[in-house]
Amino acid sequence: MSLGSVPLKYKVTIDREQCMHCMRCINNCSYGVFHREDDRIIIDSRKCTACHHCISMCPRDAISLQERPVDYRSHPLWTAEAREDIINQARTGKIILAGMGNAKPYPVIFDRLVLDACQVTNPSIDPLREPMELRTYIGKKPPRLEIDKKDNGDIEMLTKLTPNLKLETPIMIGHMSYGAISLNAQLSLAKAVEKTGTFMGTGEGGLHEAIYPYQKNMIVQVASGRFGVDINYLERGAAIEIKIGQGAKPGIGGHLPGEKVCQDVSCTRMIPLGSDAISPAPHHDIYSIEDLAQLVRSLKEATEWKKPVFVKIAAVHNAAAIAAGIARSSADAVVIDGFRGGSGATPKVFRDNVGIPIEAAVASVDQKLKDQGIRNKISVIASGGIRNSADIAKSIALGADAVYIGTGALIAMGCRVCGQCYRGMCPWGIATQRQELVDRLDPEIESEHVANLIRSWTLELSELMGAAGINSIESLRSNRSRLRGYMLDEGTLDVLQVKPVGA
Amino acid sequence: MCGIIGVIDRKRALMDGSSIRDALSLMNERGSGEGAGYAAYGIYPDFQDCYAIHVFFDNLVEPKSRVDHMLHKWGRIVHQEAIPTYEQDGLKRSHIPWRYFFKPYSDLMAGSTTPEDDVMKYIVMETNSNIQGALIFSSGKNMGVFKASGWPEDVANFYRIEDYKGYIWLAHNRYPTNTPGWWGGAHPFNLLDWAVVHNGEITSYGTNRRYVESNGYTCSMFTDTEVVAYLFDLLGRRHGLPEDVVVKALAPPFWDEIDNMPEKEQELNHAIRLTYGPALMNGPFAIVVATHEGIVGFTDRIKLRPLVIGENEDRLYISSEEAAIRVMDPEVQNIHMPRAGEPVIGRVIV
Repeated sequence: MSLGSVPLKYKVTIDREQCMHCMRCINNCSYGVFHREDDRIIIDSRKCTACHHCISMCPRDAISLQERPVDYRSHPLWTAEAREDIINQARTGKIILAGMGNAKPYPVIFDRLVLDACQVTNPSIDPLREPMELRTYIGKKPPRLEIDKKDNGDIEMLTKLTPNLKLETPIMIGHMSYGAISLNAQLSLAKAVEKTGTFMGTGEGGLHEAIYPYQKNMIVQVASGRFGVDINYLERGAAIEIKIGQGAKPGIGGHLPGEKVCQDVSCTRMIPLGSDAISPAPHHDIYSIEDLAQLVRSLKEATEWKKPVFVKIAAVHNAAAIAAGIARSSADAVVIDGFRGGSGATPKVFRDNVGIPIEAAVASVDQKLKDQGIRNKISVIASGGIRNSADIAKSIALGADAVYIGTGALIAMGCRVCGQCYRGMCPWGIATQRQELVDRLDPEIESEHVANLIRSWTLELSELMGAAGINSIESLRSNRSRLRGYMLDEGTLDVLQVKPVGA
Repeated sequence: MCGIIGVIDRKRALMDGSSIRDALSLMNERGSGEGAGYAAYGIYPDFQDCYAIHVFFDNLVEPKSRVDHMLHKWGRIVHQEAIPTYEQDGLKRSHIPWRYFFKPYSDLMAGSTTPEDDVMKYIVMETNSNIQGALIFSSGKNMGVFKASGWPEDVANFYRIEDYKGYIWLAHNRYPTNTPGWWGGAHPFNLLDWAVVHNGEITSYGTNRRYVESNGYTCSMFTDTEVVAYLFDLLGRRHGLPEDVVVKALAPPFWDEIDNMPEKEQELNHAIRLTYGPALMNGPFAIVVATHEGIVGFTDRIKLRPLVIGENEDRLYISSEEAAIRVMDPEVQNIHMPRAGEPVIGRVIV
């Protein structure tokens, strides 16, 4: 215990009656909460992050954890967090780094939207007994089909379709780079998307050779640092994503602390061992929308117009107009990353204060594209804070074609959202490059967990659609008359174009 | 639950409205006496080059002067009159049905390949959205819709439907859940040459509506059926797709079926679903759509509403119930039920 420090965040206790001195907690805690003195396990609660690894491994359920055992005098404005941030910054003079998504208690719009179901006037459809179609195509669609009907009845198609990604479910896994997460973690995700017929992003971390067998399910990312980008990388991906921004840190580039840049990461990213990989805030070849259009075209040329190109932006106030600009380029999809989107490392002030919720962003993007008659030119992918199948159904009803999940997939592999990803000591073997920790994550088992998550959300989505009398996902898309807002203000209802409950 | 019936004489032999009235009345169990209507093609041979505009006016003062003013700006009124009506005990008159025979000026609509139709469409959208007390419910050439709130026989007698002679008839017996008592809510729905009768509830209405609205249509009837007319106008007229392709867009085969089609057919169906995903109509429905060239009947992809076909020489009948067809034509042959999503098309042969 250091003198003059702030109160403990967590208090760890061991039920000594239950404890059998197996010492598993000591071995499992990478943060060093437990150590052994003679026959006794000594606890240093100050080091605890509430990652729960010790608790999950204790054979006797002997470990308890309490949040904020000693608190400050309560105050509505000067919260414990506000005080501790100041104490921290007074000591260091630095920007506070944080992990995972926005942690402020803003209202969650998803939780104030309810879905519809059929009663009497139309029958609900039973997905156990009737076909239910969730297949989703991501990419440009023609505005209309031109055909030539011959006198003998044969139809010849004059319209040429551009390549689309075919998804068996509208759920993809977002970009989490090798570096931010371990190779075993990325491998688990890759196996999971292959099993479920969907796609995942590489993040700005290059493509490790171990992932090559899954490249047909990978979307390779080109971000402002251009880490890991070469023609081999572009050609291996099923699609290419240009990352302009991220919901957890709109307006700034990626951060990979040097602690996580091991030999393998340095090779895959093409950067020096142990160096911080701080991507520039803007792409230095994109200072305006026409520059973006040029980069899209360059990537298309490089890959012979065979691959869809996505552009990912953070959900900011003007997201709708930006998306309309992107739709006018050769890009095939725009990813909108809401302000609750996760991150391995982000300045806390950005994570908690910059950007807008995904629900509002998707609704306004879809509407703007429709108003301009260009909705077909681009697919819209919603991401950032999607926690369950209902959030997915609501995102699609607000206008998304598909969603990216990130944190949800990590939780399926063990993550407990302790928010210490940037420290590189993740005891679950996810956000770390320490081999002894990485080895804890078995890709065979964890890929099955992630695949199960995608499968179960897909099943739930089918049930929700069936209950609403819809047997094809395109009939849910932008079908805002099947949503109602509960305790949402008029302004928000207007943006979402959703009626209040009872109306 | 609603009752629908349609008939075409492929050689354009004219039928008066009495037999379809009787057929529709037979299906009164499918209605509630709060809406019925008829559409007929070939009824105005004397004005066949004019758009026959049927309007419900709340009064003939303010709304009518505004409609007159707009029509004068956009074209020439060749003839106008109140639509003849005859009081019925069981029918409360809520509006004054009026008709204009109108020729738009074709040079007023820039950048259109079908300027007359687009002027007419504009007038319909503008009137129905912005002129209080006026509702254009029929706007095709040499055709007309006759509808009101009431039982089929009362509505038919109100307009004396037997006085009209057409080679295509559609009729609808309504069981309303959405806008009971509103004359505009009765079927058939019409825009330009398209008339639609619909039994069902479109669960994809929000999606379809946003799609047609982003293509310049305004939904003003508070009911899902009007999007069917707009979808047919958009895909059939503006995109130039044949009826069977339009039906494939609105009620497409399942992906599993498409995956197993021969290559060329697969390519076409794949392209239709990708391009026209937002036009796919979900939920239970049976629909008959008509133009002056013929009728198309089809159901949703899993056939949650009934549709029966019958034929007798040049006549093709499409209805919710076989019994209704037999009332119209006791000698009817070849009664059968089309598969889900399969279009039944009857075209005029001339």
